Amino acid sequence: MTTDVAVEMITVVIDGFEVTVPKGTLIIRAAEKLGIQIPRFCDHPLLAPAGACRQCLVDVEINGRAFPKPQASCTIPVEPNMIVKTQLTSAVAEKAQKGIMELLLINHPLDCPVCDKGGECPLQNQAMSTGRSETRFTGVKRTFEKPVNISSQVLLDRERCVLCARCTRFSEQIAGDPFITLNERGALQQVGIYEKDPFNSYFSGNTVQICPVGALTGASYRFRARPFDLVSTPSACEHCASGCALRTDVRRGKTLRRLAGDDASVNEEWNCDKGRWAFKYLSSKERVTNPLVRDEDGELREASWPEAIARAAAGLSGKRAGVLVGGRSTVEDAYGYSKFARVALETNDIDFRARPHTDEEAEFIASTVINLKTTYSDIDKADHVVLVHFEPEDESPIVFLRVYKQVRKRNLSVTTVAPFASRGSEKLGAKVVQSFDQVSDLTEKSIILVGERAAETPGLLSSISSHTTAKVAWIPRRSGERGAIEAGALGNLLPGGRPVGDASARVDIQSAWGVQSLPTELGRSTSQILTALNSEDGLEAIVIGGVDPSDISSDALGQLLNTFVVSLEISHSAVTAIADVVLPVSAVTEKTGTFLDWEGRPRNFDQAIEGTLTRSDVRILSMIADEMKKPISLPSVTAAAKEIASLGKWDGAKAQKPSAPSSKLSASGNQAILTSWRQLIDLGSLQAGEENLAGTARPTVAVISSQRASSLGVSNGDSIRISTERGSITLPAHIAAISEDSIWIPRNSQGSQAIAALGAAYGVLVTVVKA
Amino acid sequence: MSKLKPVLSAHWDDADSFTLEGYRRTGGYKAATKALDMEPDAVIQLIKDSGLRGRGGAGFPTGMKWGFIPQNDGKEHYLVVNADESEPGTCKDMPLLMANPHSLVEGIIIASYAIRANYAFIYLRGEVVHVYRRVQQAIEDAYAAGLLGKNIGGKGFDLELVLHAGAGAYICGEETALLDSLEGFRGQPRLRPPFPAIAGLYARPTVVNNVESIASVPAIVANGVEWFQAMGTEKSKGFTLYSLSGHVKNPGQFEAPLGITLRELLEMAGGMREGHSLKFWTPGGSSTPMFTQEHLDVPLDYEGVGAAGSMLGTKALQIFDETTCVVRAVLRWTEFYKHESCGKCTPCREGTWWLVQALKELEAGRGTSDDLDKLLDIVDNIAGRSFCALADGAASPIVSSMKYFREEYQHHLDIGGCPFDPVASTLFAGDLAGGRA
Repeated sequence: MTTDVAVEMITVVIDGFEVTVPKGTLIIRAAEKLGIQIPRFCDHPLLAPAGACRQCLVDVEINGRAFPKPQASCTIPVEPNMIVKTQLTSAVAEKAQKGIMELLLINHPLDCPVCDKGGECPLQNQAMSTGRSETRFTGVKRTFEKPVNISSQVLLDRERCVLCARCTRFSEQIAGDPFITLNERGALQQVGIYEKDPFNSYFSGNTVQICPVGALTGASYRFRARPFDLVSTPSACEHCASGCALRTDVRRGKTLRRLAGDDASVNEEWNCDKGRWAFKYLSSKERVTNPLVRDEDGELREASWPEAIARAAAGLSGKRAGVLVGGRSTVEDAYGYSKFARVALETNDIDFRARPHTDEEAEFIASTVINLKTTYSDIDKADHVVLVHFEPEDESPIVFLRVYKQVRKRNLSVTTVAPFASRGSEKLGAKVVQSFDQVSDLTEKSIILVGERAAETPGLLSSISSHTTAKVAWIPRRSGERGAIEAGALGNLLPGGRPVGDASARVDIQSAWGVQSLPTELGRSTSQILTALNSEDGLEAIVIGGVDPSDISSDALGQLLNTFVVSLEISHSAVTAIADVVLPVSAVTEKTGTFLDWEGRPRNFDQAIEGTLTRSDVRILSMIADEMKKPISLPSVTAAAKEIASLGKWDGAKAQKPSAPSSKLSASGNQAILTSWRQLIDLGSLQAGEENLAGTARPTVAVISSQRASSLGVSNGDSIRISTERGSITLPAHIAAISEDSIWIPRNSQGSQAIAALGAAYGVLVTVVKA
Repeated sequence: MSKLKPVLSAHWDDADSFTLEGYRRTGGYKAATKALDMEPDAVIQLIKDSGLRGRGGAGFPTGMKWGFIPQNDGKEHYLVVNADESEPGTCKDMPLLMANPHSLVEGIIIASYAIRANYAFIYLRGEVVHVYRRVQQAIEDAYAAGLLGKNIGGKGFDLELVLHAGAGAYICGEETALLDSLEGFRGQPRLRPPFPAIAGLYARPTVVNNVESIASVPAIVANGVEWFQAMGTEKSKGFTLYSLSGHVKNPGQFEAPLGITLRELLEMAGGMREGHSLKFWTPGGSSTPMFTQEHLDVPLDYEGVGAAGSMLGTKALQIFDETTCVVRAVLRWTEFYKHESCGKCTPCREGTWWLVQALKELEAGRGTSDDLDKLLDIVDNIAGRSFCALADGAASPIVSSMKYFREEYQHHLDIGGCPFDPVASTLFAGDLAGGRA
């Protein structure tokens, strides 16, 4: 409905050229359509107009009546019979712009040679186009103490600031985090934080990127490089399933920074701080650089590629083996694992889920997720968004920004099925309900956004699967999960969404792969594979790519000890330490590939760093398969991508929907039902080494109800101990409106690693006492 | 016969002019009763017909402003009275509120009724605590007398009146900055459109009027359009307060019909201070281009002052005699604008910073005539380029002083310093005569 309304078009004349644009278009943007660049600082297409910098002054005439003074073209929408004269045709506009530029520069330090922005600076560039070559200002410049750490990650050099208010408007209008404001007045006006509240927004990095001068800089990039020494490559973010377009900037083989890329239909021009600043893992000293094999006396030693491949093939040939893919693979790599399992290992024992999971979820994925077509633009049009065990600000930040945009714009109603209202939910004004059956007011324009944690509540995915009114989307946390589903890296799915149990689906793949048969038995899940490794007649070997066993369960690592382990990894880890063969694989910046975001939209990326010796997983798996004489014939990422495209999507009968029963825990006395999720900035392995980023993490607290607080005799900030038979965690209490029988803790934050410490992260009874 | 026409100031000499009893004794609150018996639209029409123009400086027709409020839109409407008087030289609203606060309260009742507002606010300059207390008392007394609150005078009209003390910023006299400040934000001007009449206070239709404009309403309602139109000139009707300050014998407020001249006002004020002659003056505060001797007979109405190259502004006539250094006076004003610039837009924020430094150099006699041209060129890059009118005000004294006194600027440069004795222009100059080394 919203898209079908015809937009009124208006024709205006700018510098003698006619241009026709939709009603409401600002003059500055209509001029862009003609290729006329009006200089500007405060203007930003995604922020509300400010008219503050006055750099974009032009002469405007409507119906033959000229404005007496030049007008800010960033604040005035086009009108019929409007004639605009920019600096190109109006001497008044030209002088006005030059005058503003001169004024902007009188208090600017002109320290371009030491400024991070130098070389890519709108002020520098426009001073070249619109400024004077020599200053007429001979007085005293305004100076400030520099820099101010407005968070552990963002630094502010106030004397460079042109006070365009882009950063403060972004924080308020886009992120909903008005932690920075303009303080003081006149020439002493400055961006500032509240006295003791740093700029701990998950989206603070965007302010650095949209700052039109070098006033805001990121602590990790400050003074590290000159823009003209960097080689930029369009990339896709590997941190979550939001699907952000990124730009990766590399100097001499080292990633120095990442910026949000432009993609109007996905991340617009934004990304989150994790996607922007968590990349030290790429160049960590812990990277595996050479193949490793375990020698006779049990020590890992470096080996040649042929030797390592031979050892892996020998250890896997003729064995009953399983495959754990991990949730961060590209589609092409996941496809390699999928085909390797079926062809080389002749098994469906493959699973990408390195997290708590159920068979119900696998059925939900095979029957429901593969058919979902919900997109970001559906959020723009929704009449009601329901979040089901999904915290967008922590788990898919761009989804959060998109929902928040509509909340701000048209007061979109949001309901969250969650134990309590998180900060993100508060910003969305979300109504909190405890279970999905309490959600009401759903129409065909409503959207249900289901998080991966929905699998942790028995029966929930079954009831969502059978929901018929609203649109559904499934939003996993990791970037590779949706792609792994399409690649068939799951025990009940072949590539293209083909059910393993469907004979004609198997025939499809058999003929495409040129193999005589495919295994017919449904594969084991991640936890079943791990269990089978330690049982008679179970599994004898395992191929693991990029899995942290502690994400699965506290027992997982132990279950890997007495079996033949082939590990494909970028860095040394708990798995590589016990593996028999370790094969180094390339990280995202070192290869090409594709992620599918939660919408199923392909997010292709190019190799940003050339010339590394490591290879993509798919190529290594292909080499092992060759060595095993069961070739999968995927010598490159390109070959895999071509083969995936040639397979197409399954259009046959859909898999059976899940129908698991629900169950309910009840807690009494000092017992509580444990709930948790991962916060955006936490101990995730891809954030390793990012101390500046870690400094902006939200505090680690345990959320309890006021009733529990009073029965325990604790108030905000007092320590409480949460324990199971496995162990305990002690955290400061935070009292909030959480249901009385529940407690919430961060799943993987400093001091609160639920799976490792408690043996579980959700839906178990814990004991809560005052510490 | 004196040309004085005291209306608002008619009873300022009474010992109890500021009390409810004193105000009622001279006919107070009868106009409100009369207005509440009229249709709101008829009240708006009456003010439109009277030709009352805004007394805050711009002279926008008050009735027309009220008429802009969309009626029957189901939204809350607000009346906001701008009492943030802080322009250098302007001193009419504060004395009015000290001596006759109930005229404002009564005007607010009538205006709120006309625009269908049930909430009204007075945004008062926070530094004038004595005025704040007096207005607060007047509001309390009006509530106690049933003139504010529910069902005023039994006529079924409800009005809550809130007095808000500003934190001391000149920019908050700009109506949209005032609204931001009133809402609890930093006072910075808002982007227009939307105009306050459509989305003002809390994004609701809002009328923002000056104290004197609203306080003039009861007299118009009480005495009628003809009475009001009989005063003033063709397009500038009625009476108004002229405030004389500076080097005059008897400074103060003089209420007279619009169109009176400075020559007439000076006579009433007893002339220039003894033994001195007029050098320059502002017709309406420091933001209005200055005049000189030659403008003594300019009619002080909106059109007359405009035709002579300035603006009527707030009718704050600052009078300077020949002992005053114009460069020094302009520097002081410019320092004020620099201090009060809100910082939102570039030309005002950076421009006033530069102008102060440039003028300091000139006052000290450093520079060449090229620097005078540069000064004018900087001003040209500031005036008409800024977000609101504050920077235009900052430009006025510089441009107008250069127009009339360029030789005096040049003289500073020629002798390498200021030729004036700063003490000679002070009030205590006589006391120091002979005693100063």
